[in-house]
Amino acid sequence: MRYALLMHYREPAEGEISEDAIAEAMEAFGAYGRALEQAGVLLSADVLQPTAATTTVTRREGGVLRVQDGPFAETKEALAGVFVLDVPDLDAAIGWAEKCPGAQWGVIEVRPTATAFVDGRWTR
Amino acid sequence: MDALTSEDGRWVAGPGPGATGPAAHAASLAARDSYGRLLALLSASASDLASAEDALADAFERALRTWPAHGVPGNPDAWLLTVARNRLRDHWKSAQTQRVFPLDAEQDAPAHIDDLDVDAIPDRRLELMLVCAHPAIERAVHTPLMLNTVLGFTAEQVGQAFSVPTSTMATRLVRAKKRIKAARIPFRIPGRGDLPARMTAVLEAVYGAYVIDWATTGPQARQLPPEALHLAEVLTRLAPDDPEAHGLAALVQLSAARAPARADANGRFVPLADQDPSLWDPRLIDRAHEHLRAAHARGQLGRFQLEAAIQAVHCARRQAGTTDWPALLTLHRLLHAIAPSLGSGVALAAVTAEVEGPAAGLATLDALLQDAGQHARRFQPARATRAHLLDQLGRSEEAVAAYDSAIDLTHDTAERQYLQHRRDRANRCSQRC
Repeated sequence: MRYALLMHYREPAEGEISEDAIAEAMEAFGAYGRALEQAGVLLSADVLQPTAATTTVTRREGGVLRVQDGPFAETKEALAGVFVLDVPDLDAAIGWAEKCPGAQWGVIEVRPTATAFVDGRWTR
Repeated sequence: MDALTSEDGRWVAGPGPGATGPAAHAASLAARDSYGRLLALLSASASDLASAEDALADAFERALRTWPAHGVPGNPDAWLLTVARNRLRDHWKSAQTQRVFPLDAEQDAPAHIDDLDVDAIPDRRLELMLVCAHPAIERAVHTPLMLNTVLGFTAEQVGQAFSVPTSTMATRLVRAKKRIKAARIPFRIPGRGDLPARMTAVLEAVYGAYVIDWATTGPQARQLPPEALHLAEVLTRLAPDDPEAHGLAALVQLSAARAPARADANGRFVPLADQDPSLWDPRLIDRAHEHLRAAHARGQLGRFQLEAAIQAVHCARRQAGTTDWPALLTLHRLLHAIAPSLGSGVALAAVTAEVEGPAAGLATLDALLQDAGQHARRFQPARATRAHLLDQLGRSEEAVAAYDSAIDLTHDTAERQYLQHRRDRANRCSQRC
């Protein structure tokens, strides 16, 4: 079963985090990614740019295309990264989420996948 | 799903007739055991409680139609399991449902009643209880979900016990079951690392069937049928090596043993110290002591064992005629050290007063209330205990005020009348003095 681990945390201001801390976090994420890969559960892993770089697209209001800068909701904590895993059940997904370095300074939302586009079609 | 009862070996689906007597009680417990076992087996492979409940309800309905004409099968559980599994298989094969989980060869292979030995199938009720108390399930739903799935209580019965309308309780139960299926909460005993915390959640959910959460819901009489006592007993059979499961069963049984003495002939509340021990149920007390011995043999002390030991000391008054207060003080100090709570603190203050006098008890209580802060204000046992201690110290005016604040928080009619009686007596005294 596919689960998305959604990392949320407060976006640090420019220069707020020291070079050393960044290097340390990158090392932790490197080890985490390798562990996921070795376990054979990793489908994809993306850590996102800050919300300053995000663009929101919608046709929700009357079918009119609206493209605007910034995230769709301004919150203190923002979506910061997405890991998609294939594991047997929620306990396994929680087990990986608690090892995620992002859990040290943010929260990890564990969300089961409803359907995924695989081999040319949506799975059921 | 309606409650299930068994009468004269016949299964009856629908609210129980409320039959009394040991035989009817035993039959009702056996029916609940079967229900929980069958539901756990049927829901485990797909974490799908709702479909399993529907299939089991169908099987019971068919039993009601066919058994009166064809006779009760030799192994009713095997019959019900087979029919329900076939129903589930039909449901899975139907066009609307697509499987998103792998087939379980053992569970899903076509089964024939004759070669199905229910006793040889592992009991998966502990897995079911772990699912009910899973950290991904809202804490407040743990106990209702357990009563509903493990013992087969209806949403109406569970709603009554928690003072919640049936429709609200039904919605909560449905939502929790959907979540278990959608998030795929596994029916599995967790690994060694996670097990202690997960078992604690199970124990607390079972405990939640008997205690009143004063701080959040206020004291209300629980209208839970007496079979609910059975949940703790079931847990000791599913986890026989867990000393705390035995401690919890003992605690529940010792508390239930005193129920007949808690109200006098006029329905008035009788506090523990004034209760007539000859009214306590010796059968339940004996059973509780068996559990305490089983727990003790594991050599690992815990909160529920200590609470049960405290109850056992109180119940020993039945033989000894007096209460061993110094032993109680030691136990309460241990309990408050390993599992501090408002309740354990108030109890410690009350016992301190018995051993070292009311002034020492009041000092302990006031220190506790000061530390606990705002949320202790609505804790009725703290208010009632404070009133009693002030009363004993002859500080009648303060006692009257304290009784008033305790009465405001007491919803139980019998206990409220008792507190009012004590307040009036303190009031008369304060006017005379």
